[in-house]
Amino acid sequence: MRGIIFIDPQKCLACKSCELECAVVHSKSKELYQALDEYPLPQSRVKVEAIAELTVPLQCRQCEDAPCVKICPSRAIEKPEVEQPVLITERLCIGCKWCILVCPFGVIGMDREGKAVIKCDLCFERLKDDKPPACVQACPTKALQFKSSEEIAAEKRKEYLVKFIKGKEMA
Amino acid sequence: MEKEEKSIDRASQEILEIAEKEGIDTAWDRYEAMVPQCGFGELGLCCRNCLLGPCRIDPFEEGPQRGVCGATPEIIAARNLVRMIAAGASAHSDHGRDIAHTLLLTAKEKVKGYKIKDEEKLVSLAGELGVNTNGKDAKEIAAEVAERVFSEFGQQHGELWFSHRAPQNRQALWRKLGIMPRGIDREIVEVMHRTNMGVDNDCQNLITHGMRTALGDGWGGSMIATELSDVLFGTPRPVRAKVNLGVLKEDEVNLVVHGHEPTLSDVIVTASQDPELIALAKKNGAKGINLAGICCTANEILMRHGIPIAGNFLQQELAIATGAVELMLVDVQCIMPALVSVAKCFHTKLVSTSPKAKFPGAEYVEFKEEEALPIAKKIVRMAVENFKNRVKEKVNIPDEKMDLVAGFTAESVFKFLGGKYRATYRPLNDGIISGRLRGAAGIVGCNNPKIIQDWGHVEMAKELIKNDVLVVVTGCSAIANAKAGLLKPEAAFQYAGKGLQEICEAVGVPPVLHVGSCVDNSRILITLCNVVAEGGLGDDISDLPVAGAAPEWMSEKAVAIAFYFVASGVFTVLGNPFPILGSRELTELLTRRLKETVGANFAFESNPIKAAHLMIDHINKKREALKLKPIMYEEREKVTFGME
Repeated sequence: MRGIIFIDPQKCLACKSCELECAVVHSKSKELYQALDEYPLPQSRVKVEAIAELTVPLQCRQCEDAPCVKICPSRAIEKPEVEQPVLITERLCIGCKWCILVCPFGVIGMDREGKAVIKCDLCFERLKDDKPPACVQACPTKALQFKSSEEIAAEKRKEYLVKFIKGKEMA
Repeated sequence: MEKEEKSIDRASQEILEIAEKEGIDTAWDRYEAMVPQCGFGELGLCCRNCLLGPCRIDPFEEGPQRGVCGATPEIIAARNLVRMIAAGASAHSDHGRDIAHTLLLTAKEKVKGYKIKDEEKLVSLAGELGVNTNGKDAKEIAAEVAERVFSEFGQQHGELWFSHRAPQNRQALWRKLGIMPRGIDREIVEVMHRTNMGVDNDCQNLITHGMRTALGDGWGGSMIATELSDVLFGTPRPVRAKVNLGVLKEDEVNLVVHGHEPTLSDVIVTASQDPELIALAKKNGAKGINLAGICCTANEILMRHGIPIAGNFLQQELAIATGAVELMLVDVQCIMPALVSVAKCFHTKLVSTSPKAKFPGAEYVEFKEEEALPIAKKIVRMAVENFKNRVKEKVNIPDEKMDLVAGFTAESVFKFLGGKYRATYRPLNDGIISGRLRGAAGIVGCNNPKIIQDWGHVEMAKELIKNDVLVVVTGCSAIANAKAGLLKPEAAFQYAGKGLQEICEAVGVPPVLHVGSCVDNSRILITLCNVVAEGGLGDDISDLPVAGAAPEWMSEKAVAIAFYFVASGVFTVLGNPFPILGSRELTELLTRRLKETVGANFAFESNPIKAAHLMIDHINKKREALKLKPIMYEEREKVTFGME
């Protein structure tokens, strides 16, 4: 499966199911009840943030020209291919936290032991099984969706034209 | 949030700054951390009633539209709401039950520290409840009254005695709609049954039973609590007192009592006046013992003894954070578990007293009526002995306290208006008929960090009295308005319209009347009955030019209260909406269609001035329908909604 995580803030109701599922899927047991007893406790890579009326789940944008990749001194963060996720190799990470400083979205964090950084990995292992990322699966309002940028653009073009025609009909 | 965005009360603002500096968490901080709160919960679209769930309905119609069992938004939201009514009614009714229990024990002389203070009221109640008083002394009558009242909790059929105080038309309507409560506990149990998975799946039917349950609170549990408290502790009379954190004293032992049941707070009043304990305080370096209250129990001892109030709901942590409280004593309801951690930052002892309300981390001293006074004295002694542990450097008592007049009841206030020798509602009714008064309104309810503390209550009260609407207040709303100075007789000249001013001046009352604690909202019901009975203003409560509001509500008790007022015919405006907006049908039912059955409905408006005008418009419509004279001193200028 290929695509990007598309966010519709209008539909986010801040239930944080995305945060919960992200953590579960990145746990050892991959199962909610067991994950509660794990050490270290699993961590979410997506964060629901709010400002004024806007609520948005934020995670790594998997940049093509990623600042974090550029700055990493030990090549622990890499973008193997175009339109593939930016991935962290934990054993190479020295915990210098430069990537946290340069990320324009603030979506990189430290792991619980404080040794390496973590961020959204687009659930690349699920993608191999043709399953969408866990946050997308979990979202009850479809505020998070997994689509290719072409699909998103095509939908927007349609939306625009519908509005345009409607506008002409009203006039 | 800036401190002005948290509270309009300068005392709160002052302590909030200190709390922030000292790293003490308050409800406001925890609210900020909780935001954004789950939209499914807010909309009433989350159901956790069974393990087929937990289920959520997507309000944007892309995800599931029904629960696993097939429940629609209407069913889910209505079930949740009606359970809130049950919870609130349970709190009030259990409170009433406890007072009845205390009365029974007092009648049987099994207690230390209580006696029957208002025999006149006892005899009057006895008459009403069908208890024969011939040749019986007060204790015998009290025992029978208590047993008669007790039976209402467990009865399975029949009607509640006090529901017969309502106008005949209203009673007939309740019977016709099938919402005349049959037994206080029965209706609550039926809520829990109906809201189980797979029982009542009709939102209108659920709400109908919800109204019956709420009526079992207003005309049952709460009214019992009020009336029997008057018998035991005395019917309140107008009293002067002070309010806000500034009532705490630098040089005295400060004992703060918080919670709800006067069974505890009233006997603490007695204990705190014990000469031996005062002497002990002096030996410990204090000038005396200073008792103050928070929330409803504060209102109870204020109304009956003029004891000062330290603050309302959102100030419970702040009172401790003044560093000046030797002991905070709690019983039930509205007590934040956070108090444990705030108390740990100071020398303050947090003592819980009810087997129904335990707080890990607090000291537990079980309160039993049989040993009431000795236990109360023991607790006061604990406070006195803690005085020497007060850390002077940590003491910050804001220099904020306000005078107030409280102590109005359905009986007393209109003894005033009737003059010394005739207790009558005639002058009140005439005041409304003649247009000097536009009508009356009740502002009740809690604080909530979602609304700037006290702003909702005070702005609404000011706007209403400006428009010649007499305002009665209870609970934390009363405390809010008291802090803002609206409970002083002089407030009439500062804030009231000309018509209301004239009445206040003639009678010598403030434009905003404190009628008590939250169970004392039942006093408002009684007052409305008396107004109807006096005549000239229609035949039912729903004819009256009155309205109710809870601008800063948070508690399930407020849901029960709002429902019993609407079911009794009073239009009620809530600040924040019920958590039901995810169901269009239920929202329609509560905000429009309910009027067709019970003669009143709800409105949701968080801006207090806009809400006040919803109430004023409603009152005006009622006046028109009654063909009353126009308002004597109608405002010439157009009213604006702008806030100064």
